[in-house]
Amino acid sequence: MTTSPSQVHELGMPGPSSTPPGPIADAIASSVQAHGPKQTELKAKDMKTDQEVRWCPGCGDYVILNAVQSFLPSLGIAREDMVIVSGIGCSSRFPYYLNTYGMHSIHGRAPAIATGLAASRPDLSVWVVTGDGDALSIGGNHLIHALRRNVNLTILLFNNRIYGLTKGQYSPTSEVGKVTKSTPMGSIDAPFNPVSLALGADATFVGRAMDSDRKGLTEVLRQAAEHQGTSLVEIYQNCNIFNDGAFELLKDPATGTQWSIPLVHGEPLVFGPDGAACVVRDDFGGLRIAETNQVDASEIVVHDSHRENPAYAFALSRLSSQDLRYTPMGVFRSVQKPTYDAMMAEQVDLARVQEPADLDALLGGNDTWQVEAQPSLSGE
Amino acid sequence: MTASTPTSATPATGPAATGSASGGLVKSVVELDRVVIRLAGDSGDGMQLTGNRFTSETASFGNDVSTLPNFPAEIRAPTGTLPGVSSFQLHFADHDIMTPGDAPDVLVAMNPAALKANLTDLPGGGLLILDSDEFTPRNLAKVGYATNPIEDGSLEGWQTVSVPLTSMTTDALKESGLGKKEAERSKNMFTLGLLSWMYHRPTEGTIRFLERTFRRKPEIAAANIAAFRAGYNYGETTEAFAVSYEIKPAPMAPGRYRNISGNQALALGLIAAGQRSKLPVFLGAYPITPASDILHELSKHKSFDVRTFQAEDEIAGIGAALGASFGGALGITTTSGPGVALKAETIGLAVMTELPLVIVDVQRGGPSTGLPTKTEQSDLLQAMFGRNGEAPVPVIAPRSPSDCFDAAIEAARIALTYRTPVILLSDGYLANGAEPWAIPAADDLPDLTGAVDFATEPNGADGEFLPYLRDEQTLARPWAIPGTAGMQHRIGGLEKADRTGNISYDPANHDFMTRTRQAKIDGIAHSLAPTEVDDPDGDARVAVIGWGSTYGPIGAACRRIRRSGRSVAQVHLRHLNPMPGDLGDILARYDRVICPEMNLGQLAMLLRARYLIDIESHTQVRGLPFRAAELAAVMQDAIDSTHGAALGADATGGAE
Ligand SMILES: Cc1ncc(C[n+]2csc(CCOP(=O)(O)OP(=O)(O)O)c2C)c(N)n1
Ligand code: SF4
Ligand SMILES: [Mg+2]
Repeated sequence: MTTSPSQVHELGMPGPSSTPPGPIADAIASSVQAHGPKQTELKAKDMKTDQEVRWCPGCGDYVILNAVQSFLPSLGIAREDMVIVSGIGCSSRFPYYLNTYGMHSIHGRAPAIATGLAASRPDLSVWVVTGDGDALSIGGNHLIHALRRNVNLTILLFNNRIYGLTKGQYSPTSEVGKVTKSTPMGSIDAPFNPVSLALGADATFVGRAMDSDRKGLTEVLRQAAEHQGTSLVEIYQNCNIFNDGAFELLKDPATGTQWSIPLVHGEPLVFGPDGAACVVRDDFGGLRIAETNQVDASEIVVHDSHRENPAYAFALSRLSSQDLRYTPMGVFRSVQKPTYDAMMAEQVDLARVQEPADLDALLGGNDTWQVEAQPSLSGE
Repeated sequence: MTASTPTSATPATGPAATGSASGGLVKSVVELDRVVIRLAGDSGDGMQLTGNRFTSETASFGNDVSTLPNFPAEIRAPTGTLPGVSSFQLHFADHDIMTPGDAPDVLVAMNPAALKANLTDLPGGGLLILDSDEFTPRNLAKVGYATNPIEDGSLEGWQTVSVPLTSMTTDALKESGLGKKEAERSKNMFTLGLLSWMYHRPTEGTIRFLERTFRRKPEIAAANIAAFRAGYNYGETTEAFAVSYEIKPAPMAPGRYRNISGNQALALGLIAAGQRSKLPVFLGAYPITPASDILHELSKHKSFDVRTFQAEDEIAGIGAALGASFGGALGITTTSGPGVALKAETIGLAVMTELPLVIVDVQRGGPSTGLPTKTEQSDLLQAMFGRNGEAPVPVIAPRSPSDCFDAAIEAARIALTYRTPVILLSDGYLANGAEPWAIPAADDLPDLTGAVDFATEPNGADGEFLPYLRDEQTLARPWAIPGTAGMQHRIGGLEKADRTGNISYDPANHDFMTRTRQAKIDGIAHSLAPTEVDDPDGDARVAVIGWGSTYGPIGAACRRIRRSGRSVAQVHLRHLNPMPGDLGDILARYDRVICPEMNLGQLAMLLRARYLIDIESHTQVRGLPFRAAELAAVMQDAIDSTHGAALGADATGGAE
């Protein structure tokens, strides 16, 4: 299934992805022969496994799992063509509960492992599930590099602002002053805003959703899955054991509309009860919150997630403070750029044209000499 | 050929005829069986290039050759200083040789720093060629020479020939249109020309090489070729060199040969493994000396379905390789000791997930950053045990630069057949050293397609897929790749239940799985050929055992011992884990077993622990390979002091 260079997509833009020829393609072909054509019409129950789900009762991870199980079939991708790679943490148990291929790897390294898989198998839909500690502490380096490379991955970052699995230490997204087992006098380090961090790495797709908001979450997931390149979705996830109510300000109907800013592409950024608040440009090229009745309608920023320059999306991400007031929810940025895996495949195809794969010629090299049979040696 | 004076050289093309008279000089030709030359200069002088070219000429002439480059860790140490000295030693002979030579017969020193750094290695009476132009008061002062050694009589113990190499080069390039500084750069080619004359080397290869290298800068190509020819002609016409030397080609098995370094051979071996398994190759790597050249080489050959990924760190490099293996590629990561330390946790994951993976460790001096450009064998125990938990990993080591090719294929064979990470331990000496290599035919290489065998059908009684149901022979688990319908499964670092691969905390299961993983690795020994014992006389009481790059020096020392009338047996291990099944019995046959290593006794410790044999460890960590003479002395002592051994002649001197 090699593509000729003329078929190779310009700049690695998405195109029909091919299975590498050889034993990999053979194995897949023989499974198609045995099972018939790929099953792409699936239901939520088809995504479930026989594994007992082991999160604490009431954990936000359950609602996310349900949303993902219901949503995945809508992609029209066969189960065997999806791979979920996770790190370590409560959230990283995720792959066991989805009837796809999966790897529950080691702490922080899922983006690196998924990069190798996605780069060598562009025919697969590769997902990463990670936590705030997994992705932003031990695995911070891999995360930013995956984002900058724009490998075709969808990364779901379950942010509960705590280390769940290790029983409640503060995390790199915990607010300053957080009292936990390891910070009895309050944490003193400033948190990361994962969306800002991702945009700083020039991520081509960045979104944020709430575990309990099935509809909003599904919409962001849909856009993330359709995006070619690395998508990062920060999912606010309640850890009811070690950080219960962390997102209550945004979830509580009484305060939620006041403090969350829904992001809808092409819509003015108006929010709050009766649309009383809005987002306008400030004097320094950034954004600020204003009262809608104090500004001219033309001053209200219309959300544009396709902006090439990440500065706008970054400014959006800076509206919120660490106590979660003014938190934009939805898709911050979604821009098209060449993907790493497609460009890698393109170079392989180009190289095939430039230097045919002749192993004998390669082993011979440029500088060789011939030793003829020497009769004098035969006596030995 | 026209007669010429050193300052008005006209181009020559071929080696001089034996005993040729030129410019009225009658020059004699002396036949030698072997020569060791060391070229030393500032790192900006191009000594590595000169050495490599001389090696190619020598190899294509048909001599056996072995080389030892030695370069500073700093890319640009200040010019003319001791830390900036770079050298290249090569040993060539009319017979087969095993080492780059203990000590040079000829030392070429391009400046006072090169002289100072290398003179102690040149035995008395050796030939010393100096670039007199560089022995200026300033350069002498830089390295603390109070007086000029060329003039103060301190070099009397050697045959010293000091020639103005730099000015002769600029004179020869007067018409070239190059500035003085640029013209001076060609002095290494002038020197190469001179040496090519001295040792009757063919010159066409170097001329072709220069034309090829400077294709886009024809004036530079022309200048270098002119300097090279001028050096050659100078040798022919000068009175400074009355003798030239002939070293006949070495008898070699018929076939086509090339010169190859260890890193090159290793890269080609990895590509060959991909081709012979028909799998795509995925290399995840982070640059590190002395392993980077493997990344460079593989990245040039994408057409062989090779993908190279320069990762953000060593952990990502191996992680990506493991991810690719999960997807059905031959996953590879290449690094040196510090990188292996970072990869440890992921190697453990590969042990647990039982996926094929090749980890190449080109060892260098340690601990920590250690001696990045120098060689050592001190990662053996790291490779064996450097992980948490019981995490057995096969370990193999090549024994010469060209053997890196076969070792790479063997590493892939084990990884694919047994679905396991494999560590391949090369080292800095093998990586950069070079030797002639009989080019194999691709079709004669091991066929690895049988080792791949992706699982496509459920293997459970109820039509389910059991990812940890093992092959009875190899204990390997099935390798089912994403994209294969009906085989979806989840793997990971948590302990697996036997057969199903589900998470299991059951004590008995963990005990069983730990022992099974160990048994799988131990079982690889069944696939190994019987251990070769080199004991031509068959009556040795003392055996020498080694691994990796010490093969050359140990072998050379054994030859000396045998020529002195003594017997010694040589055993060299390619497989360090598992060790060959017959090894214990073999070692038990000898009164004494000596184990030379470039570490503080790591293999010796393993052998003692495993076989309860009183191994005598002989160690050295100087960042340089052993000298054959030193090892011969150790062996001779052992043999002569062993009860009942007949005393023979002194074995420490002489040729290999
Ligand atoms: C190398 C390593 N260091 C530490 C740990 C212990 N550990 C496991 S999960 C975790 C933090 C998980 O936090 P997060 O990623 O936020 O996941 P959550 O449990 O909150 O979903 C830590 C420190 C580990 N498994 N491996
Ligand atoms: S500890 Fe928190 S995050 Fe982990 S499973 Fe329990 S509730 Fe969920
Ligand atoms: Mg967390």
